[in-house]
Amino acid sequence: MSKEKIQICEDLADIMPPEYHRLVESATFGDQDRGWKDIGSSTELIEQHSLCAGCPESIAFRYILASLPAPEDTVFVGSTGCTSLVFPHVAVHNIHSLFGNQNAIASGLKRTLKSRFPDVEKDVVVLAGDGATVDIGLDMTMQSWFRQEKFTTICFDNELYANTGGQESGLMQKGFVAKMAPKGKNFEKVRLPEIAREAGCAYVALLTVSKPNRVEQVIKNAILVAREVGPTFVQLYTPCILEIGKQSMEGLDEMKESESIGGRFVQKEYISDEAQKLLDSIKIETKERKKAAKEAAKKPVNA
Amino acid sequence: MNKQVELKGKRIIASKHVKLGQKNRKGQTYTDINDIFYKAEQTPNFLTGSEVIKEAIRRASVGTSVAYPITPQSEAAALIGELYAEDYLDEYFRGESEFAVMGQCAGSSFGGHRVFTTTAGPGTLRAMENFPMWAGSRLPIQVCVTCRGINSPLSIQPDTLEMHYLLETGMLVWHAETAQDLYDFILKGFIVAEQPDVHVPIAVCCDGFFVTHTKDTVNLSPEDLCLTPYNPYESPVTCMDMEIAPYRMMRDPFVMKSNYINYSTHASWQQEIKAAVERSRKHTIVLLNGLIDEENSDREILIVTSGTAVSQSREAIRLLEEEGIKVGLVKIKTIRPFPYEEIKRATKHAKHIFVPEFNVAGWMAREIKSTIRDNERVYCGPHVAGGMTMPSEVIVEEVKTHLGIKTAQNSR
Repeated sequence: MSKEKIQICEDLADIMPPEYHRLVESATFGDQDRGWKDIGSSTELIEQHSLCAGCPESIAFRYILASLPAPEDTVFVGSTGCTSLVFPHVAVHNIHSLFGNQNAIASGLKRTLKSRFPDVEKDVVVLAGDGATVDIGLDMTMQSWFRQEKFTTICFDNELYANTGGQESGLMQKGFVAKMAPKGKNFEKVRLPEIAREAGCAYVALLTVSKPNRVEQVIKNAILVAREVGPTFVQLYTPCILEIGKQSMEGLDEMKESESIGGRFVQKEYISDEAQKLLDSIKIETKERKKAAKEAAKKPVNA
Repeated sequence: MNKQVELKGKRIIASKHVKLGQKNRKGQTYTDINDIFYKAEQTPNFLTGSEVIKEAIRRASVGTSVAYPITPQSEAAALIGELYAEDYLDEYFRGESEFAVMGQCAGSSFGGHRVFTTTAGPGTLRAMENFPMWAGSRLPIQVCVTCRGINSPLSIQPDTLEMHYLLETGMLVWHAETAQDLYDFILKGFIVAEQPDVHVPIAVCCDGFFVTHTKDTVNLSPEDLCLTPYNPYESPVTCMDMEIAPYRMMRDPFVMKSNYINYSTHASWQQEIKAAVERSRKHTIVLLNGLIDEENSDREILIVTSGTAVSQSREAIRLLEEEGIKVGLVKIKTIRPFPYEEIKRATKHAKHIFVPEFNVAGWMAREIKSTIRDNERVYCGPHVAGGMTMPSEVIVEEVKTHLGIKTAQNSR
């Protein structure tokens, strides 16, 4: 969608909500270098949210939306859970249909958009919790990877069912006492990044959302690889502070602790050769583009 | 609601965003649905029901079809794959289960394609969570349901019980009697379901094996004429392709709130889906020439039913007529919307109403009973189930027995 399409008809400008005006005036659409640093100044994609105060998922949402390479041509597919409370606030087309079918929806959607818009790259991004991705939806998650469906799957891993009140999930740590695991979970946290790699994902990343620049890089990598190479998967630790007995301000510490040496969320990436090649070439391209822009800026205007 | 619609001169208008007369990549000409059926020459072909599904889809300008094997729809689903290989469809693939397939269909429809799929029996039930979601999301997907048993022990035989589960999903539910019906209903079904004031999914049902696996003479419209494609921008909801300015739907998501605004939003949306199904009547009546067909419905004894039970009843009526017993027939073509007024009117003079059905529940008889006055006139039966055939003699026997006429069987 081009930026012309979102222009407001003058006669109706006074009744359009302020965030729509901001979308028209200051949208980062089309800006190749948009990223997490725009969060403070560009609120057109997300401003408010209805998650708990201090919820790491809410900041993850902001980082992801700020990192999309082309929000003007991106469609999100969500699932049931805390994320479905945020999507109504997000000014990017997003689909919520059922619990666990998100990768099936995305498969049909991506293929259809590809066939309807052969000359435009329409990015499809799945964003779902760990219950949706690993438990109820694992079949469809993995089958979409087997079929090499070209979209990105992002899993908000909070290691439990948060929205229903903190029940055990497949990504919960072994031994954790939760609802429906009254004696403690008795099997290991499912190793989803490895499953994703073996199931055919060209790019896999596991990390927390404690560092915005890392999240930005990973999301960009995942989406760009999905365009050209094949399915990609990003697992983000977004702890449910409410259900693990923490305070609003303790989310960041929890993430930092879990990603330090020996933790469950030490950052890791699995990148296929083809994906690595693509990422390398993008890196060089970006560097050259930025260098050229810098030099152009240096030149006197009337030279 | 339920007012009689004058048919004369009425034409249903399909989407006009593609110019009529233009050719598609297969050289087929986009043609008005009325012209396809009522102007173009129809040629008789001797085909199985599965082949008829293929021939309908060949002419339907479908974008995506997703397939999954389950008897008795597997052949039709595979034949659509052949159409894809011949480039009649943009996308086609095998999903991993009916639940996933219906999700993949939804994704394609959200993205703006005309979508067709097929399922049957246990597949219909496995897919079930998707159907009210399709309706609530206003996705005009067509699913062809080739009905079969859903009971355990495992049965693959014809049985129409699964249709009962579809009745309150918010979908249009049509029931084909013959392969000819199936052809007509599939093509016309797209056009009705996609009308902007309808825009809900449609289940075109037929009785498995009896229709899918038997050969019948079917009049087909010319192969080089096809429906105008679906226009995703003539929809009551946004097409999810980011070609329309995005908007924040709401500040406060309804899903988690327990307050009146939430309840009333959901209630009114459910009413709107129901209303959309009712609004399909005016389009359906024009295209199907009414929601019911009547033969001698002024008689005192009537058979009212749908699907292949109608064919069996027709033969039973002929046998009864030979013995001087005159029986009329009402064939119900659309189960949703249900032809309340039509059935009330058609059964006005009847003293005995028989409802033969291919399922153990007798859901059609219940629907009719809840519709008409003096419903003790309705005799629920005969029923067969689990794949049994319904010989016309069984209907004859049941009619006679109920009327107190002695037969060799009932006087034994």
